[in-house]
Amino acid sequence: MSAPAAHHYTATGLDSRKIAIWAFIGSECMLFVSLISTYLIYKGRSIAGPYPHEEWVSPTGEHFNAILNIPVTSASTFVLLMSSLFMVLALAAVQNKNVPKHTFGDRLLGSSKLWLLMTAVAGTTFLGFQAFEFTSFVHEGLSIRTNLFGSSFFTLTGFHGAHVTAGVIWLLTLLSIDYRRGLGPNDALIVDLAALYWHFVDVVWIAIFTLVYLIK
Amino acid sequence: MATTAVPAHPAPKGVSAYDEHSGIWSWIATVDHKRIGVLYLFTALTFFIIGGIEAVILRAQLQGPNGTLVSAEMYNQLFTMHGTTMIFLAIMPLSAAFFNFLIPLQVGARDVAFPRLNAFSYWVYLFGGIFITLPIFFKVAPNGGWFGYTPLTTPPFSPQVNIDFWVIGLQILGVSSLAAAFNFITTIINLRAPGMTLMRMPMFTWMSFIVQFMLVLAFPVITIALVFLLFDRFFGTQFYEIAAGADPLLWQHLFWIFGHPEVYILILPAFGLVSEIIPANSKKPLFGYPVMVYSGILIALLGFGVWAHHMFAVGMGPIADSVFALATMLIGIPTGVKIFNWIGTMAQGKVRYTTAMLFAIGLVALFTIGGISGVMHSSPPADLQQTDTYFIVAHFHYVLFGGSIMGIFGGIYHYFPKITGRLMDEKLGKIHFWLNFIGMNLTFFPMHFSGMLGMPRRIYTYDSGQGWDTFNLMSSLGAYLLVISTAIFAYNFLKSRKKGEVAGSNPWGAGTLEWSLPSPVPEYNFATLPKVSSRYPLWEGNEDDAESARINSQEGKTADELGIVLPYPTVKPLIVALAMVVMFCGLLTSRAVLFVGAAVMVFALYSWLTAPLEPEHH
Repeated sequence: MSAPAAHHYTATGLDSRKIAIWAFIGSECMLFVSLISTYLIYKGRSIAGPYPHEEWVSPTGEHFNAILNIPVTSASTFVLLMSSLFMVLALAAVQNKNVPKHTFGDRLLGSSKLWLLMTAVAGTTFLGFQAFEFTSFVHEGLSIRTNLFGSSFFTLTGFHGAHVTAGVIWLLTLLSIDYRRGLGPNDALIVDLAALYWHFVDVVWIAIFTLVYLIK
Repeated sequence: MATTAVPAHPAPKGVSAYDEHSGIWSWIATVDHKRIGVLYLFTALTFFIIGGIEAVILRAQLQGPNGTLVSAEMYNQLFTMHGTTMIFLAIMPLSAAFFNFLIPLQVGARDVAFPRLNAFSYWVYLFGGIFITLPIFFKVAPNGGWFGYTPLTTPPFSPQVNIDFWVIGLQILGVSSLAAAFNFITTIINLRAPGMTLMRMPMFTWMSFIVQFMLVLAFPVITIALVFLLFDRFFGTQFYEIAAGADPLLWQHLFWIFGHPEVYILILPAFGLVSEIIPANSKKPLFGYPVMVYSGILIALLGFGVWAHHMFAVGMGPIADSVFALATMLIGIPTGVKIFNWIGTMAQGKVRYTTAMLFAIGLVALFTIGGISGVMHSSPPADLQQTDTYFIVAHFHYVLFGGSIMGIFGGIYHYFPKITGRLMDEKLGKIHFWLNFIGMNLTFFPMHFSGMLGMPRRIYTYDSGQGWDTFNLMSSLGAYLLVISTAIFAYNFLKSRKKGEVAGSNPWGAGTLEWSLPSPVPEYNFATLPKVSSRYPLWEGNEDDAESARINSQEGKTADELGIVLPYPTVKPLIVALAMVVMFCGLLTSRAVLFVGAAVMVFALYSWLTAPLEPEHH
């Protein structure tokens, strides 16, 4: 990522990495489309509970609550959405590194370290929520082996979580580069690539939150 | 390459540039797209021979009724590995060999957009190929057919390790294809030389461009289908567990949403090669160039909308059947357009029957037969009679052997001089072509009849008295003929590398950019970036074309003398690829192996990404 930008001729004038990341995001779309479609196809097909939105009483008389906890996940969704805002601020801060800053507000908005850190923290918070969610679901009797809902839910959200994890590592890598040598306008591209990925992962979560959590 | 460290001395004419700094290390650490193309070519031809040996054993078993050469279980492993090997380890990588070698040369670039990622793709392919191929020597190879239908491949029905190799192996190979696709999409969009507009790109590059988009969109779908199967097998999920309410068709839909585009991923590169060979040997520009482009795009688009024609027999109902039947018939139109355009190119041209040209014409003829039998079973009532019989086997071998393999052989004869600087022996080549053509038809044409007489696919033996004996004997004799023809090819290929006639830069008098370069091509490809003003710069270009062709055809200059900066050689992509395969092996052995593989992979990846690609510019 910190490889020096090659100043070769390109047909579009864009850096090649920018085109490659879009191609990568295109393939990621198909990955999540396959996962989400499977979840939706399997919705309501589980022979035994627990279920996402309804209570369930097992043949042995055990009582299971509806699994999905929408208030908690709304909070984690909000945190993740905010992280996209932080990411935008981080990129802007890197791009405008050389613009003189006069007020405290200027310096605050212009701190790429702060906003990269905030983005990573928000991502980590989201992952913390997900870890809490997963453990509490397991305690309530839903694991990845329990039924089709469990298999498709944990695989879908787990894949998303893995993407967020990769994103957090990416952001922390950028942060460490920022501490080592400082990120300036010449590095805007490598931050931009991370930002595109981060926003994509965020958008996917909006789709998952709507289709999996909100629609009953 | 390490040009900076190597003393400058011009390579003598006709000596391969790869001899200049040869030795095994120069291949292991290479990031040069031409060398990676050569690695792909040799590896894929090796796997082609392995897949061919598997096929010949199958044919020997079926030569007469009640064959006893192999057991039923071994037969299952052989047909599964024959299909898997030919599709994922032979035809796709043979296409990749040409993507690698030709795309940068055809668009006027010094390398692909990401040279190290390109090396990574190759090493992942090699290690993944070894991973999926080795088990057959221990009789534990995958045995669920190349499309691995569930629930057959789920733990209750296939508890042994066989299917694990298949699931993990395909997952690994998918990484290779996807990484390569991102690379080539970027290369074609971004590294075209000045003046090389999209509608001036050579047709091979166009077809490759389309194929990369298909790979990017189709491979994630099978990745997820395989993830589900992997989780079912290793972590006890229930994606394909019918008793838990799972949809028995989920796998089939996901597989064929990948699998049908895959068919076009296999054939479009061969179409591209033929679209280079036919104009060069007819001394005429490709007839209907824009229509060729659009029909390729249309084939790709329609290719994503016809997957369920592989599933007519599962009972999807009349509406779904009709929609998929009509969409399938529609694909016949752009494909037919291509056939007519190749014929139109040859018409009134000065046709020269080189070996490559014979193979190209062979593709046009044989693919047409396969296409027509394809249109036959696009009709659900006909398909219900033909599905899972040898008629289907005949059909897809006409399109894959008669189509892809004929095109690729043509491409090898045509581009061999560009790769090695020497021509392949035309006399042996023509013997190879005719034996191949006759052997291919003798093998696969009778299968139409044995299929129509009701012989099912994937049976390891059969009783006599069903009218199948003669047709099976013919097919087996044809297969033996193909062995002989392939042996002649292998001999010609290996011999001509060192002893073939010296080719010169443009032995066929072709018109596209790659033929303006010396053969073999210098490391840096283009001494000066060409300025392109036409589709066939060497035939109809203006002074700019002529001037850049003159500069670029000069031999003997090193990159240093020209002031061209080349990427450093590196083994980091190889280490990342190897560690990834080790990580996957951990699923079959122990967690410790998995974590060690993952740790080495991440470490090597960081080391790769933080190291500069090439020396600083001055």
